[in-house]
Amino acid sequence: MPDLKTIIPEPDNNLLSFVRTHTGQNISACYQCGKCSAGCPTAYAMDIGPRQVMRAIQLGLRDEILNSSAIWLCVSCQTCSVRCPREIDIAQVMESLRLLSQSEGRPPAQREILVFHRAFLQQVRVFGRLYEVGLGIMYNLRSMHFFNNIKRLPSLFAKKKLHLIPQRTKGAAEVRRIASRVKELEREFK
Amino acid sequence: MSRIGVFICHCGTNIGGVVNVPEVVEAARHMPLVVFADENKYTCSEVGQASIRNAIAEHKLDRVVIASCSPRMHENTFRRTVAAAGINPYLLEMANIREHCSWVHSDSRDATSKAIDLVRMAVSKVARHEALFPRQIGLTKRALIIGGGVTGIQAALDIAAAGHEVVLVEKEPSIGGRMAQLDKTFPTLDCSACILTPKMVDVAQHPNITLLSYSEVVDVRGFVGNFEVDILRKAKMVDYDKCTGCGLCWQACPEKIPSEFNLGLGYRTAIYIPFAQAVPNKPVIDIANCRYENYRRWKETEQGPEPPQCRICEGVCPTEAIDRTQRDEIITEKFGAIIVTTGFKTFDHSVYGEYGSGKYPDVISSLQLERLMSAAGPTEGEVLRPSDGAHPRSVVFIQCVGSRDDKVNRPYCSKVCCMYTAKHAIMLKEHDPDVQCYVFYIDIRAGGKDFEEFARRAQDETGALYLRGRVSQIYQKDGKLVVLGEDSLMGRPVEITADLVVLATGMEASENAAEVAQKLNISYNAYNFLIEAHPKLRPVETQTDGIFIAGAAVGPRDIPDCVAHGSAAAVKAVALLSQDSLTTDPLTSVVDPMKCVGCFACREVCPFNAVEEQTTRDGRIIASINESVCKGCGLCVVACRPGAINLRGFTNQQLLSEVLTLVGR
Amino acid sequence: MAQVKPDTGKQEPGRIYSYYPGCSQLATAEEYDVSARLVSRKLGIELRELENWICCGASAAHSTDHLLSLALPANTLKQAEEKGLPLAVPCAMCFSRLKFALHELENKDTRELVSRAIGKDVSTDVTVEPMLKILADDDIAIPLEKPLAGLKVACYYGCLLVRPPEVVNFDDAENPQTMERLMQKLGAEPVEWGLKTSCCGAGVAFPRLDVVLKLSYRILSLAKERGADCVAVACPMCHANLDMYQKDMKAKYGQKLDLPVLYFTQLMGLALGFSPRELLLNRHITNPLPMLRRKGLI
Repeated sequence: MPDLKTIIPEPDNNLLSFVRTHTGQNISACYQCGKCSAGCPTAYAMDIGPRQVMRAIQLGLRDEILNSSAIWLCVSCQTCSVRCPREIDIAQVMESLRLLSQSEGRPPAQREILVFHRAFLQQVRVFGRLYEVGLGIMYNLRSMHFFNNIKRLPSLFAKKKLHLIPQRTKGAAEVRRIASRVKELEREFK
Repeated sequence: MSRIGVFICHCGTNIGGVVNVPEVVEAARHMPLVVFADENKYTCSEVGQASIRNAIAEHKLDRVVIASCSPRMHENTFRRTVAAAGINPYLLEMANIREHCSWVHSDSRDATSKAIDLVRMAVSKVARHEALFPRQIGLTKRALIIGGGVTGIQAALDIAAAGHEVVLVEKEPSIGGRMAQLDKTFPTLDCSACILTPKMVDVAQHPNITLLSYSEVVDVRGFVGNFEVDILRKAKMVDYDKCTGCGLCWQACPEKIPSEFNLGLGYRTAIYIPFAQAVPNKPVIDIANCRYENYRRWKETEQGPEPPQCRICEGVCPTEAIDRTQRDEIITEKFGAIIVTTGFKTFDHSVYGEYGSGKYPDVISSLQLERLMSAAGPTEGEVLRPSDGAHPRSVVFIQCVGSRDDKVNRPYCSKVCCMYTAKHAIMLKEHDPDVQCYVFYIDIRAGGKDFEEFARRAQDETGALYLRGRVSQIYQKDGKLVVLGEDSLMGRPVEITADLVVLATGMEASENAAEVAQKLNISYNAYNFLIEAHPKLRPVETQTDGIFIAGAAVGPRDIPDCVAHGSAAAVKAVALLSQDSLTTDPLTSVVDPMKCVGCFACREVCPFNAVEEQTTRDGRIIASINESVCKGCGLCVVACRPGAINLRGFTNQQLLSEVLTLVGR
Repeated sequence: MAQVKPDTGKQEPGRIYSYYPGCSQLATAEEYDVSARLVSRKLGIELRELENWICCGASAAHSTDHLLSLALPANTLKQAEEKGLPLAVPCAMCFSRLKFALHELENKDTRELVSRAIGKDVSTDVTVEPMLKILADDDIAIPLEKPLAGLKVACYYGCLLVRPPEVVNFDDAENPQTMERLMQKLGAEPVEWGLKTSCCGAGVAFPRLDVVLKLSYRILSLAKERGADCVAVACPMCHANLDMYQKDMKAKYGQKLDLPVLYFTQLMGLALGFSPRELLLNRHITNPLPMLRRKGLI
């Protein structure tokens, strides 16, 4: 049985040990210097910054982190990971918390961001490639921001940036096959 | 026939609580050649030692086994005890039934049986001991100090004051090291040059001190008390006997080179003294950059356009002191003790791409700020932005640059940066009351005497804003610098637009520290800091007798600690030099000349360079061990293929007898 | 240091690549695809598009489903491996996902699991290169028809091309110079500026436009302050964020930027003599044509 805790998150009551196993990062090494938060482009918009997330893991503050906007506003730009003096891959830690929050079924603190991701993947499953117009429509519907970006449509069409007809490809079936096999495998390992 | 006495120690309950001592004593009485066995509560005490002396006399013992703690504890003591009773001190063997027995086993049965085995082994070994006699060797009563910073200067003055000769070798044209580059020192805000230069002058004038400036150590041979050192005297091109230090030459020299002393912030000339209070106060010519030397090099090949001949310095010198016939020369000197004080350099912050890779002119290092603040510096004490010469109104300090950072391979704390940054904040306020300082820190380390109060003064009284958080990036905008940081105490990102950014760069070992250490065969760690013999108890000694270390070369430390360190090393050197002869340890290897084939496998493995060549009367070249250098590690014994080497006190026969006894034969 | 040295392995610049355009090249970033193909052909580089390629998963996959985020690029890697050619990737996100997949697939267990997910045996024996690296190769001679004389370019790399260094192994994570060298070859003047790898806001434009506006505005306004006439990019996401919202930024921050954002391949195309129409320069929301006319480049 392969050791797959690094791919398929295994829920663990101990938050620190979960993160350690899932990411292989040494969270205890963090001495709270703040270089991550200082360079994080979206930290200003977060409720708690990356440094505080690391501290919260050290203290086992599960709810605070998994309900935070931080894990959703992290855009995986990797600036924190590249500059951390303790060589901790903070971006990877944020990602694992994002996945953990979803596996626990928690409503995301930034609803629209998850709506966007889901809409994106839904388009990919249908067409094998991203159909941008479809993404726009789906996002507006599901997020219920029905008029999002509407004002841009005229100039986007005028500049021929939007193609109304999606490209069809055999890849679509491939994607659906892969997606369903992935689901099976995840069920198998849980 | 030997008469062996065995003494088993209880060591209170350390041994007695686990091992059945009376049983061991009884067993010992029946061991071969043992005529007396007894027990003691505390053998190392006066009572215990007396009992051994009495037993030796009463029972006419000629060899002794003491079964107690590790020989590292009391072997020397017990050697003196048996010597006092008239037995050669090397006819003693200790059986370690504490660290190797009672302290690591809990079952009394097993421990006792093991203790008996250990004693039996010791008895069989000591039966094969020989009497050994240490030798006396002579020594050279001179000390060599490598490195002329404040530590080396202090050590030199102390040794000289004790009445011994000292040679101080310094690779730069002047002594003074890093301290000469500082403006003020914390926490007293003394002018650094003002307190250092008197010492520098004392070094130059003391009759016992020979100052070899612009010189480097190139090779070291020999052993404690008898070192032979090759010193490279670099060609100065100036005759110091004629030169008066008047300064006409360097004022006239047309060539301008970025000044190393001012860390690139100003210029010096090709014939130069590094700073005004340099000792010696006489110049050297930088041959690589001198125009006439360049001409001379051109003359050798005559390729390319002819460069100017210059020689202006020679023209203005009133005493004809310029001597272009000088060449590098190597001199060989003898010393009894060597002290290494090669000091430190500051971390090169150009590896931090996020801070501008060293290319932003207004992002400077802390030492560069010292030069700006110094009245003798490139801007005569005005703190000006290097880019446009304007006075900075807002200054950001970033601590821990090149310290506490695994990413740049400097995980350690450099100890002094919190303090000198506080000093900088205080000084800047004195230079310009309108300036606003910001200090980004992770922790404030202010552990010395009056340090905490000083650090608090910076935070409480100067209006400097201390922000806890490491800076992620600096970028240039509109002629200023945007600093992206975080105040972790409020948990908010902070963005500051600064006129000047000062990076508190950490301390690291000097450029050539590893090279010097290798020449001396002393240890250094992964960061090229020299390693002490014991980090707590032997801070200025190395594993090599006669070589001492001191100051920032050993690890990050501030000036008071360096001065204390220098004095400590001086005392060790003086203790050595004050003896009329040195006693060698007889537990050394010895080569049997009849068996040695001259393969020198022993020399390959010897970590102490103790193997020498000797020619036998029939012309063979075979190995011989220098007993003054040999440390008795035994590697040569193992490496020797013909089995020609034996280690006194641990001969093959002695060790083999232990093994055979253990397996019952 | 953990920073990996830039990949300067001097292999013969391969002239034939498999080509993985990525989804954005179909519509919103079509000008990147078109200009990349034109320029490659002119320089003697053959790009063979993979058949029936599928989406790499982008942020959506890695943020929601780790195994899926490995399986989708693994499928592409398999296709590339079967073709036996190195894989050229214009989009920085696709490049990043493929490199991350390669990195994680080093682990045997991961490889087995992902192989089961895609139903084929995954191997890591594939070379994946970003279009920037291929076209900026020092050994490629660029026959300049129209040197971009006097054009000051701020080269913008974004996040994914250069970070994390141990995964992407391309140039320097803090101060890359590949695009700058290329611009100099084209006769243009790259400006030095400190935000060339600073994040533009990535994929949060739809849900959090305010974040994208703030981050992209900071980038554009520094580029302008540093004297740039335009910004050169190598990522469709960065292009969209920097190009599409300059009117919004004017409304929010009160500064009219009017700073055109071009794909580096379009600049190469101009220098090689292609017309603005061929390079789809009219597709950009922030019109580059007036600036190019002013500079005498068209």
